[in-house]
Amino acid sequence: MSIIVQNISKSYKTKKAVENVSFEVKKGEIFGLIGPDGAGKTTLFRILTTLLKANEGNASVLGFDVIKDYKSIRSSVGYMPGKFSLYQDLTVEENLTFFATLFGTSIEENYDLIKEIYIQIEPFKKRRAGALSGGMKQKLALCCALIHAPKVLFLDEPTTGVDPISRKEFWEMLKRLQQKGITILVSTPYMDEASLCDRIALIQNGLLLKIDSPENITKNYDKVIYDVSTKNRHKLIHDLKNYPSQYSVYTFGEYIHYIDKQMKFNLEELLQYLKDKNHTEIEIKTAIVTIEDVFMDL
Amino acid sequence: MKRFIGFIRKEFYHIFRDKRSLFILFGMPIAQILLFGFAITNEINNVDIAILDHSNDVETQKIINKIKSSPYFKIENQIHNEKDIEAEFKKGKIKAVLIFEPNFSKNLVTKKVATLQTVTDATEPNVASTIANYTTALIQNYQLQKKQYNNQIKVQVQSRMFYNPELKSVFNFVPGVMTIILMLVSAMMTSISITREKELGTMEILLVSPIKPFQVIIGKVFPYIFLSIINAIIILILGFFVFGMPINGSLFLLLFESILFIISALSLGILISTISDSQQTAMMLSLMGLMLPVILLSGFIFPIKSMPIPMQLISNIIPAKWFIIIIKAIMLKGVSIQYIWKETLILIGMTVFFITLSIKKYKIRLE
Amino acid sequence: MEKEKIIAVQNLTKKFGDFTAVKNISFDVYKGEIFGFLGANGAGKTTAMKMLIGISNPTSGKATVAGFDVKEKAEMVKKNIGYMSQKFSLYDDLTIKENIQFFGGIYGLSRTEIKSKTESLVKELQLETIINSLVGSLPLGWKQKLSFSVALLHEPKIVFLDEPTGGVDPITRRQFWEMIYSQAYKGTTIFVTTHYMDEAEYCDRVSIMVDGKIEALDTPKNLKKHFKVDSMNEVFLKLARNVE
Repeated sequence: MSIIVQNISKSYKTKKAVENVSFEVKKGEIFGLIGPDGAGKTTLFRILTTLLKANEGNASVLGFDVIKDYKSIRSSVGYMPGKFSLYQDLTVEENLTFFATLFGTSIEENYDLIKEIYIQIEPFKKRRAGALSGGMKQKLALCCALIHAPKVLFLDEPTTGVDPISRKEFWEMLKRLQQKGITILVSTPYMDEASLCDRIALIQNGLLLKIDSPENITKNYDKVIYDVSTKNRHKLIHDLKNYPSQYSVYTFGEYIHYIDKQMKFNLEELLQYLKDKNHTEIEIKTAIVTIEDVFMDL
Repeated sequence: MKRFIGFIRKEFYHIFRDKRSLFILFGMPIAQILLFGFAITNEINNVDIAILDHSNDVETQKIINKIKSSPYFKIENQIHNEKDIEAEFKKGKIKAVLIFEPNFSKNLVTKKVATLQTVTDATEPNVASTIANYTTALIQNYQLQKKQYNNQIKVQVQSRMFYNPELKSVFNFVPGVMTIILMLVSAMMTSISITREKELGTMEILLVSPIKPFQVIIGKVFPYIFLSIINAIIILILGFFVFGMPINGSLFLLLFESILFIISALSLGILISTISDSQQTAMMLSLMGLMLPVILLSGFIFPIKSMPIPMQLISNIIPAKWFIIIIKAIMLKGVSIQYIWKETLILIGMTVFFITLSIKKYKIRLE
Repeated sequence: MEKEKIIAVQNLTKKFGDFTAVKNISFDVYKGEIFGFLGANGAGKTTAMKMLIGISNPTSGKATVAGFDVKEKAEMVKKNIGYMSQKFSLYDDLTIKENIQFFGGIYGLSRTEIKSKTESLVKELQLETIINSLVGSLPLGWKQKLSFSVALLHEPKIVFLDEPTGGVDPITRRQFWEMIYSQAYKGTTIFVTTHYMDEAEYCDRVSIMVDGKIEALDTPKNLKKHFKVDSMNEVFLKLARNVE
């Protein structure tokens, strides 16, 4: 086990940020903490990177206790905080050199590890970090977190505010790092990124709601979801919400996701109901369950 | 060690890339010195004065006539009682009173010495000192004429200042400005540069790295020691060449004491950064918490002796007070360490205290 | 029937020194439409949006918003639009009520108008019990919903939303979009940027900016058909990949 979290609780004054959270991350795993802003993800990261003390519970990283052995943890993990913005007034190269010397190493020493990522930003190595685009900043930040060849990587919302292309590239990089044996704990508010992790923990309001592999989580979902679409979307939502046996109705991509209360749900009846409501171009089919669907039903 | 040097290099990048702060850093001392220097004018004309002539004889009349004919003074009125002096000042019309002692001429003949006292309203210290100087000059001129007849006599001028007995002069503002600038640059700049890392989130990375807290602190502070020394030297050069501020004592001692003061100011800056989360708070704290006491309680503007006792006591815990005493003694009196070891020791004590406190308070975690 | 154009952009260009952030873009947005304005980081979205809301002058080209030229009649443009961004929404240190009063005042609403608006808005968002709490204490999702409502206080013809749902949980995100729908239903035009590709599907039409130019503009359905893919995410990836 690379990371062990046991019954961790943490509150700020009266507000509970994290409540009785336990999970384990195996060596070489990509483990995702999935949840919206304010769910407690950052607090967990800070506890694990020894920046905060938990009120209750124990946690260890690489076998080191987060309180007693905080120094050992600090020298063997890589950390990319949420709002991390590097030193805007230093160039790409200066930033990287600084973080290398900070950890008592040099760019050359661990070049192999960062090479694939660094060559993408190397053409701009003389440019100030502040003048980089969001995607490039994020790549540089990852290089900086990797430069001392950490065994565990903590990435707190690395893809927030980043466009889909850079996000995709970023996840591809994480997969390659995983192949090099690095354990990765990553958090994200984007549900679609959950399926890219080996295992995930769904977190909301400081509570862990579910821990499993993304496949198992969606597979074990006990309800049937239908994709519904008609020409008038706005009216469709309204009408579906008024359907007597509806369990939940919400937009999902180009469709509306509809879940019924009854086990024996009659599709034809719904179809007729929508026709009666003057809907045209009606389409109803069974949907593929996603993490987001599960999350919304927790 | 390599880690540490890397850290310091990064700090210098920050400083030299921020053109605006750099300008403030070095432009400010020059502007301040020149402003203070030239705002203190040394020329006066047609100042209203009053005369209190206790002897009213030939010699006093001669001197009064001489004063009357000079362009500097205008005799507003004659008063007849010492008690009226204060009342006249309070009216605000006159700036000085010249008092001739009783039997002025007689004393001049018999004792060979007569006293003319100038009492000045020192709420405007520069005007007051200039009046005193002009009066002295007039009397000397008068004596020179007298000498032709009698070599022995002497009119002595006694100056007394009302309201601001420890007269401030050009020699005061150079040490004062130097103290302010060193305090500002050292404390404010370090506290801001540390809190900036907190704001950016880079402090989290520094914490989650093998670099030790005291290394971070020293690394942050070191560049400012260097910059502050340069600032101190600029101020001394300006003071010396532009305003003729003497440096009578050892330059080496002066620099040593300056570095000591700089370090104590830096440790105050670190202390501020440990209790503030944003650059804004750090700036406000440095301005209100450090600058004001330095200006008000260090003796730079208001003499400590004329403060109420509680204020006098408080002034003792202000490092700037001791530093001003030390540099004035070195620059003006030219004393060596023997005479200021006590003040130096106090400053060292304070510095050690602040450093220990700020290292203790510097958190290894975020809370 | 010809649809009424509420935003008309012709050959709009913005240069910063040598760098051209927005290259000669043209498009129209119709009344009551939900228009998705997508693009990668640094593609020029924000620059283009700033020109449309009248806070940045175009280098060349022409744009009219609500019938007013953004260059010559910027003040009129500002009166007729609402704006909300992820970064700046409301004052954290003011209460819900104070925020509404303040922004109502800024847009020149009368006292009675502000009062009635405050009541209806707070009721709609079910904030009655906490109307006097600081906005800073609200969860992000609520804040965003509130700030959307505040952007609508003066009943603008168009609302510009700059990444309104970043970091918001999936449920609140959908509630937010339902608010957008009902607003569009009432005839308000919605101009929205987002990084969530599923939200792109919710728009009536979507434009995708790549490298300062608009590379695609159509309904989500047609775009997917045209690029022969199943989701907007793939459309987006295909378009941007082609450039690199």
